[in-house]
Amino acid sequence: MGLETLQIIWFALWGLLWAVYFMLDGFDFGAGYLMPFLAKSDTDKRIIINTLGPVWDGNEVWLITAGGATFAAFPTTYAYMFSWLYLPLLAILFCLIFRGVAFEFRGKKDSYGWQNGWDKVIAVSSFLAAFLFGVAFGNIFRGIPINMVDGQFVYEGNFFLLLNPYAILTGILFVLVFAYHGALWLNCKTEGELSVRAAKMAKKLFIPLVVVAVLFLAMTYFSTHLYDNFFKMPAFFAVIVLCVIALLVSGLFKGVKAFALSCLVIVLTVFTGIIGLFPSLIPSSISPEFSLTAFNTSSSLYTLKIMTIVVAMFVPVVLVYQIWSYYIFRHPVKPEDIADPDVETY
Amino acid sequence: MDAIALSRLQFALTAGFHWIFVPLTLGLIILTAFMETMYVRTGNQLYLRMTKFWGKLFLINFAIGVVTGITMEFQFGMNWAEYSKYVGDIFGAPLAIEATVAFFLESTFLGIWIFGWKKISKKAHLFAVWMVALGSNLSALWILIANAWMQHPVGYVLNNGRAEMVDFGALIFSSSAWVKFFHSISSGWVVAAFFVMGVSAYHILRKNEVEFFKKSLKFGAVFGLAATIFLAVLGDSSGIDVAKHQPSKFAAMESLWETQNGAPSYLFAVPDSSNEKNSLEFIPVPKMASFLAFHDVNAEVKGLKEFSPDLRPPVGLTFFSFRFMIYLGVIFIVLSCMALYYSNKDTIENKTLLLKILLYSIPLPYIAGQLGWIVAEVGRQPWIVYGLMKTSDAVSVNLTPGHVILSLVGFVGFYTLLGVIDIFLLVKYSKKGPERA
Ligand code: HDD
Ligand code: HEM
Ligand code: HEM
Repeated sequence: MGLETLQIIWFALWGLLWAVYFMLDGFDFGAGYLMPFLAKSDTDKRIIINTLGPVWDGNEVWLITAGGATFAAFPTTYAYMFSWLYLPLLAILFCLIFRGVAFEFRGKKDSYGWQNGWDKVIAVSSFLAAFLFGVAFGNIFRGIPINMVDGQFVYEGNFFLLLNPYAILTGILFVLVFAYHGALWLNCKTEGELSVRAAKMAKKLFIPLVVVAVLFLAMTYFSTHLYDNFFKMPAFFAVIVLCVIALLVSGLFKGVKAFALSCLVIVLTVFTGIIGLFPSLIPSSISPEFSLTAFNTSSSLYTLKIMTIVVAMFVPVVLVYQIWSYYIFRHPVKPEDIADPDVETY
Repeated sequence: MDAIALSRLQFALTAGFHWIFVPLTLGLIILTAFMETMYVRTGNQLYLRMTKFWGKLFLINFAIGVVTGITMEFQFGMNWAEYSKYVGDIFGAPLAIEATVAFFLESTFLGIWIFGWKKISKKAHLFAVWMVALGSNLSALWILIANAWMQHPVGYVLNNGRAEMVDFGALIFSSSAWVKFFHSISSGWVVAAFFVMGVSAYHILRKNEVEFFKKSLKFGAVFGLAATIFLAVLGDSSGIDVAKHQPSKFAAMESLWETQNGAPSYLFAVPDSSNEKNSLEFIPVPKMASFLAFHDVNAEVKGLKEFSPDLRPPVGLTFFSFRFMIYLGVIFIVLSCMALYYSNKDTIENKTLLLKILLYSIPLPYIAGQLGWIVAEVGRQPWIVYGLMKTSDAVSVNLTPGHVILSLVGFVGFYTLLGVIDIFLLVKYSKKGPERA
C-alpha cells in the first residue's frame, strides 16, 4: 500500500477511535452527572455507579488508544495539539484523574460524608469532562489560528479564544447527547422506579437535544468549513441524514433499542465531524495551507505499515473480550446485588 | 526557573509518583493470582479469603496507578512537543501498542474480576485475574521498550528532519529493552513481596489471624526470594548493557574519572565534579568496575574525563543512587532468605525481631525502585535520547513558565491529596485484616 492510502486509512481509524470512545465513555459521563437527579437514595446511587463499575476503565482506554494512535500515526499533530491546547487538556486530565479515583474510593469508607463527597466528584468531573471535550472538538471543527513562520507551524491563539460561541454550543451538545445516552443506559441497566425515572429523564432531554442538534448543524454551516467536503461528495450527506433520523426515531423507543440508536447517533455525529475535517486533523483558521493534515503530519510509510498490522491483529481480540464483558454484565443491577457482601462493589 | 527546568521537574515528579503505585500493581496481582489458583485447585476457603484480602489492597493501590498513567501519556505532547515531533515516528508506536495490547486487557478483565465473582465460573474468574496480571506486566514491556529506545536508540535513520523507524524488530528485540523490562518488573515483584510479608508480620506480631498471615507471609517469602535473585541477575545484565551503550552513564554510576584497565569500584566515595576527582574514596574493591561492566576484571572502562563536561550527567546523584539501590538489593536477598527459612520451619511467629524488621522494611523496595529510575534517567542526562537529542532541545517551544507552574502546582496539590488518601486507605485496610471466615 502507498503512503497516501495508509494516511487516509489512519485518518479514518483516528475518527473511528474517537467515535467508539465517545459512544462508550459517553454513557459513563452522562450517567455520572445524571446521578444527583435520578438517585433518590443511597442504594440508587450505588446502583448507578455499579452499572458503570465493570466497564468504565475499559471504556476510558479507548481514549488512551486514540491518544496513542495520534502519537504513532500523526506525531506532529499529537505534539502540536497537546502543547497548544495545554490548559484545556490539563483541565480534562484533572477531571479524568478525579473521576477515576472517585469510583475506586467511594465505597472504601463507611461514612455518609465520604461517599457523598466522592459522588459529587463523579458528577462534577463527568460533567466538566463532557463539556470540555465538546469545547475542544468545537474548536477543532472550527479551526484554530495556526500560522506558518519560517516553515514552522505556529499557534497564535490563546485560552480565551477557545471559549467562542460555536465551541460552547458544541460543548452543550456533547453534554446533552451524553446525558440522553446515559439516561437510556440507566433505563436498560436498572430496574423498577429508578429505571422508570431514567426513561422519563431521557424523554425530558429529547426536545432540548433535538433543538440544540439542529442549532449545531445550522451554526456549523456559518462557523466552519465542515460542509465543504459534503458539497463535494453529496453522498456523504447520508451520514447526517441518518444521524438525524436515528435521533428522532430513538425518541419513539425504549430500552435497548433506544440505547442502540443513541450509540448510533454519537458515532454518526463524530463521523460527520471527521468527514468534514478530512484531510485535516486540526484545520487552521488562518489559511487551509497551514492546517495539520493526515498528509503533512503523518509517520513514515514503514511505521504506518507496522501500526496497521498491529491494529489488524489486536483490535479484533480486544473487541471480542470487551463484548464478552458487556455480555457477562448484561443484566440490570439490582438492590440485592449491591447488598451482597460476597460481591465486590463500589 | 524556565519552562525546561519546570517541565523536567514536573516530569520527574509525575513519573516518580506513577512509579510509587505501579510496582505494587505489577507484583501484587501475580501474588493474588497465585492465591486464587490455589483456591480453585484445592477449594480451601483460606485461599479464597487471601485472594479477597490482598485483592482489595491491590485495587486500592491500582486506582492511582491508572490515573497517574494518563498524565504520563499526555505529557509527551504537552511538555515535550519537540521531542514528540522528532522521535514520534518511533516512540509513538510502542505507546499505542501498549494501549491496544495491554491496557485493554488489564482494564477489561479487571472489571470482570472485581464484579464477576458470582456471574462466571470459578475457572473463568481465575482466567480473568491471570489476564489482569498478564496485561499489567505486558504494559511494562511496551513502555520499557519505549524507554529503552531513549537509552539506546536502534533501528532508525535520520530523515525529513526527524528520526524514522526502519527496523521494528531492532526496536522490540533491543537487548536494553529486555534487561530493563525484567529488571523493572522484578523490582515490582519485590515491592509486592515485601509488602505482603510486612503486612503479614504486623498481624502475626499482634497474634491476629495467625494461620492466614503465616500462609500469606510464606507466599511473599517464596515469591520475594525468587524475585530478588532474578532482580539482581538482571541488574547485573543492566550494568553490562549500560557500560556498552551508555559509557558516560556507567562512568557516573562508578564515579570513575580516569579511563583505566581493571578499574576498581568504591563501596563509597564523594565525587567532586568541579575538580574532576573524588574528594573521598572508601574501601576500593579492586577491578570490580571492570568486572561489573564487562564481566572481565581487566577490561578497559571509560572514565568521565573522556566526555566533555557538558556531556556528563550529574555524577553525585547517579553514583549514590546506584550504590544504595545495590545495597538495598543485597539486604532484600538476606531478608527473604531468612523469612523463607523460618516460614518453612514454621517458627516464624516466634521471631519477633525478624517480623519487626519485615514490617519496617515495607518502604525499602519502594526507595530502591525510585533510586533505580534516578540512575537510569539522571544518568542519561544531558541526553533525552542518548547521543541523539538533548533534553534542553526537547521541550515544547510555545510553553511559558506560567503554564508549567500552573500545571505543576496542580499536580503537586492533587497528587499529594490523592496520595495521602490512598495511603490512608491502604493502611486502614491492611490493619483491618481479612473478613471473618
Ligand atoms: C514498568 C512498568 C511501567 C512504567 C515504566 C510505566 N507504566 Fe504506566 N502503567 C503501568 C506500568 C508502567 C501499569 C502497571 O500497567 C499500570 C498501573 C496501573 C494500571 O492500570 O496499569 C499503568 C497505567 C498507565 C496508564 C493507565 C492505563 C489504564 O487506564 O488502564 C497509562 C496511560 C500509562 N500507564 C502510561 C504510562 C506512560 C506514558 C509511562 C512513561 C512515562 C508509564 N506509563 C510508565
Ligand atoms: C517511557 C518511559 C519514560 C520516558 C519516555 C521518560 C522520559 C523522560 C523525560 C522526557 C524526562 C525529562 C528530562 C529531564 O528531566 O531530564 C525524564 C526525566 C526523568 N524521568 Fe523519565 N521517562 C520514562 C520513564 C520514567 C519512569 C517510569 C520514571 C519513574 C520514576 C522516570 C523517572 C525520571 C526521573 C527521576 C527524571 C528526572 C531526571 C532529571 O530531571 O534530571 N522516568 N524522563
Ligand atoms: C541487586 C543489585 C542491583 C543491581 C546490580 C542493579 C542494577 C541496575 C542498573 C545498572 C540500572 C540502570 C539501568 C539503565 O540505566 O538503563 C538499574 C535500574 C533500575 N533498578 Fe536496579 N539494580 C539492583 C537492585 C535493584 C533493586 C533492589 C531495585 C528495586 C526494588 C531496583 C530497581 C531498579 C529500577 C526500577 C531501575 C530503573 C529501570 C531500569 O533501568 O531497568 N534495582 N539497576
